[in-house]
Amino acid sequence: MCAQPQPAQQGASPIRTGRTVLDDRDIARALTRISHEILERNRGATDLVLLGIPSRGVPLAHRIAERIAAVEAYDVPVGSLDVTMYRDDLRLKPARALLPTEIPPGGVDGKVVVLVDDVLFSGRTIRSALDALNDVGRPSAVRLAVLVDRGHRDLPIRADFVGKNLPTSLVERVRLRVAEIDGADEVTIEETQE
Amino acid sequence: MKRHLLSAGDLTRDDAELVLSTAEEMRSLADRPIKKLPALRGRTVVNLFFEDSTRTRISFEAAAKRLSADVINFAAKGSSLSKGESLKDTALTLEAMGADAVVVRHGASGAPHRLAHSGWVRSSVVNAGDGTHEHPTQALLDAFTMWRHLGESRPGGLEGRRVAIVGDVLHSRVARSNALLLRILGVEVTLVAPPTLLPVGVETWPVETSYDLDGVLPKADAVMMLRVQRERMNGGFFPTPREYSRRYGLDARRMATLQDHTIVMHPGPMVRGMEITADVADSARSVIVEQVTNGVAVRMAVLYLLLGGSEPFETPADEAPPEGRAPQGPPEREGDE
Repeated sequence: MCAQPQPAQQGASPIRTGRTVLDDRDIARALTRISHEILERNRGATDLVLLGIPSRGVPLAHRIAERIAAVEAYDVPVGSLDVTMYRDDLRLKPARALLPTEIPPGGVDGKVVVLVDDVLFSGRTIRSALDALNDVGRPSAVRLAVLVDRGHRDLPIRADFVGKNLPTSLVERVRLRVAEIDGADEVTIEETQE
Repeated sequence: MKRHLLSAGDLTRDDAELVLSTAEEMRSLADRPIKKLPALRGRTVVNLFFEDSTRTRISFEAAAKRLSADVINFAAKGSSLSKGESLKDTALTLEAMGADAVVVRHGASGAPHRLAHSGWVRSSVVNAGDGTHEHPTQALLDAFTMWRHLGESRPGGLEGRRVAIVGDVLHSRVARSNALLLRILGVEVTLVAPPTLLPVGVETWPVETSYDLDGVLPKADAVMMLRVQRERMNGGFFPTPREYSRRYGLDARRMATLQDHTIVMHPGPMVRGMEITADVADSARSVIVEQVTNGVAVRMAVLYLLLGGSEPFETPADEAPPEGRAPQGPPEREGDE
């Protein structure tokens, strides 16, 4: 009713300070390739569960599931996994609103879980997600799919499926906008003002 | 959100809706194999109960434990000290133990306010019922229960819904907190009670009042029955229990006049046969057991939002973002972009 993903930017008029590095067609192609790579690696779609990390990871997970359904004629269960309460910086900032966690009815026990996120940076979100997943069940394997890997890892974490490797400097800010939340699909890179 | 939860009237609409949506997430925890979250690890929550309570104390204890907080139960009943002294001494003890939150129930109205604003403790204070004044977490769990049944699938939430609160309003902290909170959420509240059981000054509350239960029931979307608090009564508020029950009790005949979607609520403890008959309490309309389940989720939400971060959740009403700043994405993601 309220604090669910609010369109952060009003409508489809994002401020155009950033440089677009991926447009909607690039994103579509990257997701198609990721979907095929997941199928190839998993040898089919059985036992797969896709869990998007809110908020931008969730629509990406749904799009990957659509592409897998188109190829394999099999509906992969899709859910979301909120990591807010597992973050290592929870205490450093004011309390934050929770985002939805929806585990598909079949659960994750014995399944191959693919975590889906938008931008892989420090790796801390993924560490939190692994902890959160630990409380949900015991998958047979956990894989990671991200649309953009921008480097600068703080932890020994890497993605299994990457849409685009994007070398960045630490002062830059990489943002994904998705049609479901922001009204348009694009990845931009911008300098932070500070 | 403020640092303390003392009155339902302290919440803004954004605060209240945030508690409800957070409670919705907390409630889904009940379906998971591990019913525990790490958010309050290393925090200490003290349950300070000067008055008897089973439901509320157990509910707060379960909520704190599910969030991994350490819980200390402090039953101050039977203390021989006068109330003012005892509250202060107890507060100093809690401060020395390093409590992060104090959940307090006290027979004197205003005791939690005194605890929060006296400078005795630095922790957050949550009012778990003070005298005949307020019980904000009960109001939140009632609103959450109504929202799940009557508001979730509508665009305006509970806006415009009608709730009847029936019975001993005079002695009820639940009625006062509900009246304040439901008003904030846009609900139309009608208090139904005999004239002797309506508080002085009720005309200044944001509610309608009525003495006629049969006239109010067909319009209500939720009916909340209140217990007649005989332990707080030392005068003749009504002639006989039987007469009270006939005029203000909810029985099967009256239940038949309700709309199909109307729910029946009761904050507990119930006195079956007095304000509510057994067949109503056990009927399909009754959400009384669900209220208890929702109580844990709502209290988890409150404790998380007060203690989960370095300071309580900031809603836009507390701090407006500076003009001209670039709109940010959801703040929870900023560490990783």
